[in-house]
Amino acid sequence: MSNQKHPENLEQDFTCSSRRGFLKATTALTAIALSPTLITKAAINHRDEKLAAFFEKIPLNIEVNGKSYKMETEPRETLLDFVRERLQLTGTKKGCDHGQCGACTVHVDGKRVNSCLTLAVMQEGKKITTIEGIGSGEKLHPMQASFLKHDGFQCGYCTPGQIMSAIACINEGHANSPSEIREFMSGNICRCGAYPNIVDAIVEVKNGGQKG
Amino acid sequence: MENLLNLIPDDTDRTDGILKVTGGATYSAEYKIEGLTYGVLVQSTIAKGKITVLETKKAEGAPGVIKVLSHLNLNNSVPRYAKDDNVTIDRNIQKVFYNDQVYFAGQPIALVIADTYERAVYAASLIKANYQEEKHHTYLEKNLENSISPEGKDYLRNEKDAYKNSEVYLEAEYHQLNNIHNPMELGSITANWESDEKLTVYDKTQGVFGSQKHYAGLYGMDSKNVRVIAPFVGGAFGMALHTWPYQDAAVIGAKITKLPLKLMLTRMQMFTMVGYRPETKQFIGIGASKDGVLNGITHNAWGVTSTYDNFTEGTVGGTQFMYKCPNVNTQYKLVKLDVSNPIWMRGPGEATGMFALECAMDELAFKLNMDPIAFRLKNYATVHPVNNLPWSSKFLDECYELGAKKIGWYNRNPKPKSMTEDGMLVGYGMASGVFNAGRGAATARVILDENGKLTIQSAITDIGPGTGVMMKSVAMDSFKMDAIQIIVELGDTNLPPAPTQGGSNTTSSVGSAVYDACTALKEKMVEVYNQSFGEQKVYDDFKFNKEGFNIKGKSFSYVDLLKKAGLKELEVTRESRSGTERQKYVFNSFSVHFTKVHVHPLTGMVKVKEVVCALDAGKIISEKQARSQMIGGVVGGIGMALTEEGVYDHRYGVYTNNNFADYHVPVHADIPPIDVLFVNKPDPYINPIGAKGLGEVSIIGLAPSIANAIFHATGKRVRDLPITLDKIAIWRD
Repeated sequence: MSNQKHPENLEQDFTCSSRRGFLKATTALTAIALSPTLITKAAINHRDEKLAAFFEKIPLNIEVNGKSYKMETEPRETLLDFVRERLQLTGTKKGCDHGQCGACTVHVDGKRVNSCLTLAVMQEGKKITTIEGIGSGEKLHPMQASFLKHDGFQCGYCTPGQIMSAIACINEGHANSPSEIREFMSGNICRCGAYPNIVDAIVEVKNGGQKG
Repeated sequence: MENLLNLIPDDTDRTDGILKVTGGATYSAEYKIEGLTYGVLVQSTIAKGKITVLETKKAEGAPGVIKVLSHLNLNNSVPRYAKDDNVTIDRNIQKVFYNDQVYFAGQPIALVIADTYERAVYAASLIKANYQEEKHHTYLEKNLENSISPEGKDYLRNEKDAYKNSEVYLEAEYHQLNNIHNPMELGSITANWESDEKLTVYDKTQGVFGSQKHYAGLYGMDSKNVRVIAPFVGGAFGMALHTWPYQDAAVIGAKITKLPLKLMLTRMQMFTMVGYRPETKQFIGIGASKDGVLNGITHNAWGVTSTYDNFTEGTVGGTQFMYKCPNVNTQYKLVKLDVSNPIWMRGPGEATGMFALECAMDELAFKLNMDPIAFRLKNYATVHPVNNLPWSSKFLDECYELGAKKIGWYNRNPKPKSMTEDGMLVGYGMASGVFNAGRGAATARVILDENGKLTIQSAITDIGPGTGVMMKSVAMDSFKMDAIQIIVELGDTNLPPAPTQGGSNTTSSVGSAVYDACTALKEKMVEVYNQSFGEQKVYDDFKFNKEGFNIKGKSFSYVDLLKKAGLKELEVTRESRSGTERQKYVFNSFSVHFTKVHVHPLTGMVKVKEVVCALDAGKIISEKQARSQMIGGVVGGIGMALTEEGVYDHRYGVYTNNNFADYHVPVHADIPPIDVLFVNKPDPYINPIGAKGLGEVSIIGLAPSIANAIFHATGKRVRDLPITLDKIAIWRD
């Protein structure tokens, strides 16, 4: 379900020139910063504010819902926190932060990904789609309309993740029967228990021949 | 009793549906506020003792950190905390960072406030605590002798333990571990002090007024200076019935820093900071004559609570009145352990208690060689056995019939381990459920504007059942309006008062207030009409319709009426509450759950194949959402029955499975098709809309129906929830 790369492929993510320059320039600082005693001292004396700020700002070129962003991200910032806190796209939900509930599901280059399990810094040059990017109140995506029709939610908190996952589930070819849908949607927990209605919603979209 | 609602089954979508499917619904951690700071809580790692050293210096010096708050520096900054030496306020809410004492593992001991979430998380990791540990107790079974009776006296009707004198009787013990609510939205709060005297809180709460009162109380403020906003609540199931220490931490932190603060719990923190359905051990003794007439029931329960509160729930209550039985005695005890405080979880103690009673009923029916439904009908109560009052309405018998027919109950071979299908053992089980049908005082405001749009307002929250669409349905029926003409506003202390959403009484309470307000608005229209046209028409002359009303063949639109009267809008606010009917009748909702399971003959793995629920919840107001709510209760019940258990490592008093990978809530693959059947007969006495409520009865009785189905499939009685395959241990046969 994830399109995350193997560690050996990660390097190619850092080919952007600004990033290479950044990495070179910071090699020495990295060595200093990784020394625990120094970090502690710096912390107590508030001397590392500047240092920290430097480390916490890594250039990021990212496309979200068709819009290009040239931003900076902390290397420890998850894609989930990036879209929620930095871009104010709060439709993507935090339910566990451990990839165990699916509430944070977004599409990265068209594939469903738990955005809490991937870092924003790893998405250089990627195309991200969140729930806000697939439809609006004026023109709902067929999956959104189908969830509404079948009452495929109650509190609504897992809903964006369910919808993003459902669209991908059909596109992956994993929605050929209710039991297959149930299997391939099991990464998205709904505590209100809207499961049967969600399956009905997906079946209808699939039968309508609509794709994500 | 005026005319009851005349609703036809409708498929009106939720009032907030579009916002929820487009990501536009804003929950309490999703408000954009300038200068927002982030709070992260540090928790105790021991279950009992004293904090001797709390090292916060490194955290305080870490990048972006604004403040570290703990018992070391809270001092007397919260007037309500300083008022007395109790460790709780508002009866049972633990004061946060109050002293150096640790009452349970996972207790919040410090709050780090930083300018970004990442920086707050990192700084929190730098805080170290040393403790002086004391011996802790988290094991219910080993502490039964220390139990207390919170209600003072036990219940006794006629002879005690009379079941023992019956021709046929059984004695059985039941047990279940903690269930944790785990709504999908994490506990979240955004606290914003607009000035020293004015607080706005975006809160995860089931009742905005309860929260408002609590926060105002912290600082001795006038409630009107505290606004609590919660139009969207991402599930709660009971965990947000009152506020918790994490919310105090956020409000206090924001007050001290004078900066808006957002605090979102982690999933792990959801296990120890916001309550749970407590571990409970039960004993049932039940006896009947050979022809199936109940003679006596004894029901004893021991529930877990914390050391700092006597949390009680209605675990043994249902047994006192569910069946016609001359001799009943019940006992409810609490075992105080070094754990966090429980709180009511959907179908609360009643779901726990009915698990024991309805399993015992099934077991006794089997001993009597009677059909479980026939046995229940033989002991059907038509007068409430505890207070000898009639029920306002009771169609439980119809529920048995409806459900049995739908699932094909009488086509099964009742002999255990007699049916197979696709290589699996097949079992059918049933159980009934009951819950109080309450009605609280609620107020609704209805505003008709010059464009003919109707706005309905009430402070009630909607944690998921579709309260908004319920309010809309009542108004649609009253005015014969289309859905599109009606706007609903809820979840805000600035709106007319409503009770906390919980205990299955929202529809009964708020629905009635909307009904009464709509009726009053129509009466006001008559008044306005007479004034505007100089006539003396009466209410009955008016026939209301989509656009307006018709008086003896003449049509007027709402728009025209307001124009003629020179009004921009017409507004009515009405409070609605129960009356003397509460002294004359007993009010209950009833449900019956039927389940069909497959059990793997070698591994004992259980798969629920079909669920049918039939219920008597009075008039069903918005059928589409009521059905969803029922399905949701069933899903929760499947978790309670088969997968959910909070497991402690008693050596340390900590959870071993405080995450979604190890605490198993049902997922898509666990859930079969679910049929919901409504008797749908209005209760004539409860309120003007005839609705009794169904949030709790949706789950009460589900777990025993599965346990009974597993017995039918395998011949094994498992009396310990959740029924995992090791307990069925079918391979030992």
